[in-house]
Amino acid sequence: MLTIKNLDKHFGGVKAVQDISFTIAKGSIHAVIGPNGAGKTTLFNLITGVYTPSAGEILLRGENVAGMSPDALARRGMSRTFQNLQVCMNMSAIDNVMVGAHLLLNQGMFAGMLRLPSVRRADAACRDEAASLMDFVGVGRYVNAHATELSYGVLKRLEIARALAAKPQVLLLDEPAAGLNHTETGEVETLIRKVAQTGVTVVLVEHDMKLVMNLSDHILVLDHGKKLAEGTPAEVRANPDVLAAYLGTDLGAQA
Amino acid sequence: MKAPRMRHPGLLVLAVILAVLPFVLTNAYYLDVAIKIALNAVVVIGLNLLVGYTGQISLGHAAFFGMGAYGSAVLTSHFGWPALAALAAGAATTGLLAFILARPVLKLKGHTLAMATLGLGIIIAMVINNESQWTGGPDGLAVPAFGLLGMDISGETQWYAVAAILLLLVTWGALNLIGSPAGRALQAIHGSEVAARVAGIDTTRFKVRVFVLSAVLASIAGSISAHYIGFITPNMAGFFHSIELVTMVVVGGSASIFGSIIGAALLTILPQFLSAFEGWETVVFGMILILCMIFLPRGLVPSIAAKLRKARG
Repeated sequence: MLTIKNLDKHFGGVKAVQDISFTIAKGSIHAVIGPNGAGKTTLFNLITGVYTPSAGEILLRGENVAGMSPDALARRGMSRTFQNLQVCMNMSAIDNVMVGAHLLLNQGMFAGMLRLPSVRRADAACRDEAASLMDFVGVGRYVNAHATELSYGVLKRLEIARALAAKPQVLLLDEPAAGLNHTETGEVETLIRKVAQTGVTVVLVEHDMKLVMNLSDHILVLDHGKKLAEGTPAEVRANPDVLAAYLGTDLGAQA
Repeated sequence: MKAPRMRHPGLLVLAVILAVLPFVLTNAYYLDVAIKIALNAVVVIGLNLLVGYTGQISLGHAAFFGMGAYGSAVLTSHFGWPALAALAAGAATTGLLAFILARPVLKLKGHTLAMATLGLGIIIAMVINNESQWTGGPDGLAVPAFGLLGMDISGETQWYAVAAILLLLVTWGALNLIGSPAGRALQAIHGSEVAARVAGIDTTRFKVRVFVLSAVLASIAGSISAHYIGFITPNMAGFFHSIELVTMVVVGGSASIFGSIIGAALLTILPQFLSAFEGWETVVFGMILILCMIFLPRGLVPSIAAKLRKARG
């Protein structure tokens, strides 16, 4: 589904991501972990086109998409959420989700101004779908709320609903459990599993090791911008390099 | 059969008010103010789409208004063009200029964007001031009557009809736009540009489009204002008029279509009342604006709407 080859990104003299290669199978859940500053979010920003790679290839279903703009990548089935929430606080909850479906709708300004019957029908269908997506991620009761009225945990899920509204093939979740309590994290875990079951390939960056170990088919470990290890949760947990990098943390304790 | 849901109850209210107004305002002076409000509101709605909804500031919009006004005036008086053709040519030229400038200008953000649009406005105002063989320079220019469907629009009642219909059409179109996928894209750019891009929104393209749309609306209102007033000066393209337009957006309510109309009405009416303060009107005017911003920071219509919602629980 997604193959990364020798990806590099430097900001001036700082090498944020160095020579990263990995492959993600269709329909799998793939986690990227590593200590703070390891380059996880940079890697996400490279894959989703927010940053342009300094070198390397990103193959999405065989097509090299490195350096494409985020909207071009969205058109190719890529969707994501953000570590620091990027919900539009000037809009209602459901409108936020509908923004995710932008590419599936008629985007013409004149068509919108004249409210053509085709636009009206498609929009009504989109609204219904957005409402059921909000149900799916577990925030259905906030269908009529404004974004400013929602709690952090709800906004996190709303972002997932928005990403799903695009009907993506690859979904990148940047720390979906960050800032959530124990119960909420468990709910997000169930949700991610449900999403993967619909055939969406999931890539996630996450610090919650329990969540990562429970969910992932495959884990990539980064440290200082480089690939430290790769494999199934069991393999990664047994890897001495990983343990060294995580010494004294949850993962060290678990192992 | 299901009764069609009333999507825009406010539009109906506006239509009723606009229809009743000429019967209430029997005085020609009041009607004159109403016409000016409606024409200003058209510009402010367009500007609000850009500033309030999309979050891109423009401090040079009076220039587009001026381009429409002078385009119409020059083409009808020097070249004898029909008024409607001149209006269309003015709007097309303004739209084209806005389109060419939008891409480099809208790459900028925040203060730099404000400075760039400010400079743009000043340049256009200077051109109007200096090309006096066409524009009459600082002395101004007389504008012929507005011929529409073979007759000249004259008298407050006819002009009121033109302005009211235009305002109603623009309000309808703007409300539709805001509720459409394109309108959500604009609002998403304001809310989070990176989220909008990741959702597949070509943000540059939408910014350019809304900039052009707001420039064209300003130009059309400028053309009609020029014919209505009958005499134009470079001031209407100037910096102070640009600021006045942005103030109308902010006071009425940023990201509110009806707020745009209220803002235009308030800032058109207020100076007329304040003339009683003889020489102090600017000070009183400034005080009112400051108080507005302190107590109703989101602008009149959104702040009052929020308070009503809260009161209702």
